[in-house]
Amino acid sequence: MAIDPKLAGELKPAGIHVTSFESLINWGRSSSLWPMQFGLACCAIEMIAATMAKYDMARFGAEVFRPSPRQADLMLVAGTVTKKMAPLVVRLYNQMAEPKYVIAMGACAISGGPFKQGYNVLKGIDRYIPVDIVIPGCPPRPEALLDGLLALRKKIAGEKLIGDHRVRHADPKGTAEFPVPEYGAHDLQPAANREIWNPDPVVHEEAAD
Amino acid sequence: MISDATPLSAPTLEGTDDDQLLRVSLGPQHPSTHGVFRMNVVLDGETVVRLKPVFGYLHRNHEKIAEGGPYLHAMPYTDRLDYICPLTNNWAYALSVEKLAGIEVPERAEYMRVILAELTRLINHTAFMGFILGDMGAWGSALMYAFREREKILDLFEDLTGARMMANFMRFGGCRYDLPEGWIGQVSRIIDDYGPFLDEMEQLLIGNEILLARAQDVGQLPPEQLVNGGVTGPMLRAAGISYDLRKVEPYGIYDRFDFRIPLGEKGDCYDRIMIRFLEMRESLKILRQAIDALPEGDFINPKAKLRNFKPPVGDAYGRIEGPKGELGFHLISDGTTDPYRFRVRAPSFVNLTLLEDMCLGLDLADVVIILGSIDIVLGEVDR
Repeated sequence: MAIDPKLAGELKPAGIHVTSFESLINWGRSSSLWPMQFGLACCAIEMIAATMAKYDMARFGAEVFRPSPRQADLMLVAGTVTKKMAPLVVRLYNQMAEPKYVIAMGACAISGGPFKQGYNVLKGIDRYIPVDIVIPGCPPRPEALLDGLLALRKKIAGEKLIGDHRVRHADPKGTAEFPVPEYGAHDLQPAANREIWNPDPVVHEEAAD
Repeated sequence: MISDATPLSAPTLEGTDDDQLLRVSLGPQHPSTHGVFRMNVVLDGETVVRLKPVFGYLHRNHEKIAEGGPYLHAMPYTDRLDYICPLTNNWAYALSVEKLAGIEVPERAEYMRVILAELTRLINHTAFMGFILGDMGAWGSALMYAFREREKILDLFEDLTGARMMANFMRFGGCRYDLPEGWIGQVSRIIDDYGPFLDEMEQLLIGNEILLARAQDVGQLPPEQLVNGGVTGPMLRAAGISYDLRKVEPYGIYDRFDFRIPLGEKGDCYDRIMIRFLEMRESLKILRQAIDALPEGDFINPKAKLRNFKPPVGDAYGRIEGPKGELGFHLISDGTTDPYRFRVRAPSFVNLTLLEDMCLGLDLADVVIILGSIDIVLGEVDR
């Protein structure tokens, strides 16, 4: 489905830009991501710093922070997700309209980070919702957040909207809702959404005798 | 909305014919709650008749984690308590351990700590101005000014500690590194520039009609109640009570500096905002004196042990005047390398306890301002 470069070259002087619908839609989506105004912990301060004058996230079209999940495209999980907060994060994600993207910002959102050994800290938000980009750091610098945003834009620009390998939100069988865990007596129930979270088991190789 | 929500019963309201009560759950995801704080509010029309705070959405087990490792292991975690001002947290913890183990701090390190703490106070109060104006609807512009200045100080912190926010800089008996070359000159430049910035900010704010209308006569409490509630910091001083640990119980070398404690008159939100302006000006004075008097010498006590550090059996409570109030660490040692008990006295948590008393009878919109004026950081509240 590539566009004939010769044809494109001929039409360009006439002011006609030849492109596919897919890339046009993806270009539009990637250029105006509206993040949800939703800070959890320390990383939220760096997230705010990234939108301020010095780092100016507006350059990449992502400065319109919406307090309502209904109006947001991008969920920046910025900070430690505790077990008490995790059901709410998943619920907020479910309330967002498709297409929606998630950036896990900082060590805590990725894996629990420095608080991983704590009894009340979720060991990574990817156990419940699909994460597109992870940004390591504690907290990541605003430049790192901008880099993550650019990586997400690149990812969106390459999304397949038709065909067999289409993305979740373009797939009629894809789901926009993910089960919300319960805040149980001892732990979250279930402890992870196995449909999206299936890491390779850690195998300690026995020393060959 | 939330499964573990306790049903709101309002026993004081029983027996009235008024069935028009409206229950609103503000937070944990709400643009004005400064993090993941939740308030269950009962409204009669627009008036707050009950307010129940719900904590724990950011409970990160600070105390338990600190008890599970050596004393130094807890130092980076103190950065993440009140994540807007890590260096004062560092100092409070270092001070407690020094008290526990009887470690002397060299003169130069004391001066460095004062400089860092006052710079942190500037950051905190400046960011506060941006956030509280955001709560009043000026989302963006005031915060832009505030963060512009904050970045300048963060650059200094980065030069010194290697990190913008999470400094992990103080050690028992001093600081981790010596000041880099030219650093004091940069601090001096910041001090020179900060006065004009404060003038500009004050000009924008003091006479602002919206600020006056929304902050004046909002959230007052009798001073006795504030004292009984354990409120400290700018909140208490705004009500006219002169209590600042830098004067009352001078830790470090604060008795050497010439500065005043600004006091408010009425204790409403407007006073709480203005007192922070005045405190920043006093901080600038302290900073100027500290960089002029900075002596040469060790930046850490050479006798202080970092590895296999075992303080004697006993307990100690070290406290400092943090930007938000009295920040203290209570440590109990059983003679091993790990603290037996590690307890944080978080100023914003204690200041928050009087939230309901301040809000009753006011409008819902005032709750947002009052919460903003307390200046909470959830990392510290929930720990």
